Parts: sequence; structure tokens; C-alpha cells
Amino acid sequence: MVTVLYFAGLRERLGCGREQIPLPAGTPTVGAVLDWLRTRDGRWAEAFAPERAWRVAVNQHMADLATPLKPGDEVAFFPPVTGG
Amino acid sequence: MARVRVQEAPFDAGREIAAMTNGRRDVGAVATFVGLVRDSNDGAAVRRMTLEHYAGMTERALEAICDEAHSRWDILDVRVVHRVGPLEPGEAIVLVAVAGAHRGEAFAACEFIMDYLKTRAPFWKKESTPAGERWVEARESDDEAAARWAEGGGPA
Repeated sequence: MVTVLYFAGLRERLGCGREQIPLPAGTPTVGAVLDWLRTRDGRWAEAFAPERAWRVAVNQHMADLATPLKPGDEVAFFPPVTGG
Repeated sequence: MARVRVQEAPFDAGREIAAMTNGRRDVGAVATFVGLVRDSNDGAAVRRMTLEHYAGMTERALEAICDEAHSRWDILDVRVVHRVGPLEPGEAIVLVAVAGAHRGEAFAACEFIMDYLKTRAPFWKKESTPAGERWVEARESDDEAAARWAEGGGPA
């Protein structure tokens, strides 16, 4: 399992801040998790549609679709940041 | 006091600077930036702002930015304080203070830290306007400001 977190507008659009999901089979990556989420539920497909901007972090470090995952990892999806 | 802090409470910039420089005799310059909540944005009045962050990653990202500033410039110390939670127009959101022997490096490092903070630290602003609440969109100009520092560069 991996823990998936969502922040800010993404969390509100999905109606979910945190969930546990199974680690995809094969070579698990952020991209594989995203594919699984998109096919699971229309809201995820819409929130991660190609025209939407988002970022991802794995274990609190910025990551990308190719970043590999292992059991227990924390994967966070969020909109581009707007602090300062 | 910690070099990086994320907190709901207001901060006192003077106190932060004093805590950083107290007892030191090698500091010749302190450059600071304070960001405040504006009462308007993108053509709408802003009544209140709420800042959300990714606790844990935020502190890590800010520490990494401070480390990067230390590796690029000969500076003596850094403080970053960023507020989260509800904020009113006129309130201070963020403080960056950089102490150095000379002003040039302190100014540059302070600007660098702010530019990187705005594009790399996981904070999100939600504005309350007369038309309702809205998440602030990231600005391309912020990405461009951060990109100026790539490969050891600085603002033209």
C-alpha cells in the first residue's frame, strides 16, 4: 500500500485529502498510480486531465511520473504552489 | 530559534532580526523581505486569505532553499518565517531575513530565497472575495523569476 495525499484545490475537487491505495503491480511508479486513480473514478480522470496543472511529491520531495514507489511511500498531489 | 518556521501566529520582524544578529560582530548587512496580504487581486477585493500547506514537506523545502542560498553566497545566517491559516489584508505573511558581511550578497540571497519559496515551497492561498472563495492561481511570472537563478545566474 501507499498513502496518497491531496492538497488545496485538488483536495476540494476530489473530496478527498488522504487515502491508502494498493501499489500497482509490475514496476510501480507515480505514473502507474495516476493511471490506476484515473481509471478508478471519473473525478480523478477529470482532476488529472491533460490541461490541468499539478505537481507531485514522494516522501516530501518533488517527484515526477517516472519516480519509483515502494510499499509505505507517501505520494502527494497538489496544484502549483502559491505561497509567499 | 529555528532558521525556518511555519506558524499561525504573527511575527515581529525586528525581533527576528535581533535574534539572528544578537551577539555577532561579523554581520555588516541584514537584507529582509516582508510579504503582506493585499486587499485586492486580479480585479477583485480580497476580504480574507487562508493559507494551507503540506506540513513536513514545507519545512524541508524551506530548509533546502536556505541551504542552497548558503552554498551560492557567502552569507552568515538566514531566517524564514511563513504564516499559515486565516489572514486579513494588511497582515504580514512571510519574512525572509539574510545576514551577511556585505549588502550585495545579503540582497541577492534574500531575493533568491523568496523567488524559490514562491515556486518550490508547498503553500496554497485561498482568497475570500465578494463573489466567494477562490484558490489563487500560480503565476508564470513567479516561474520566470525563479528561473533567472538557474545555473548560478541572477537577475539581469
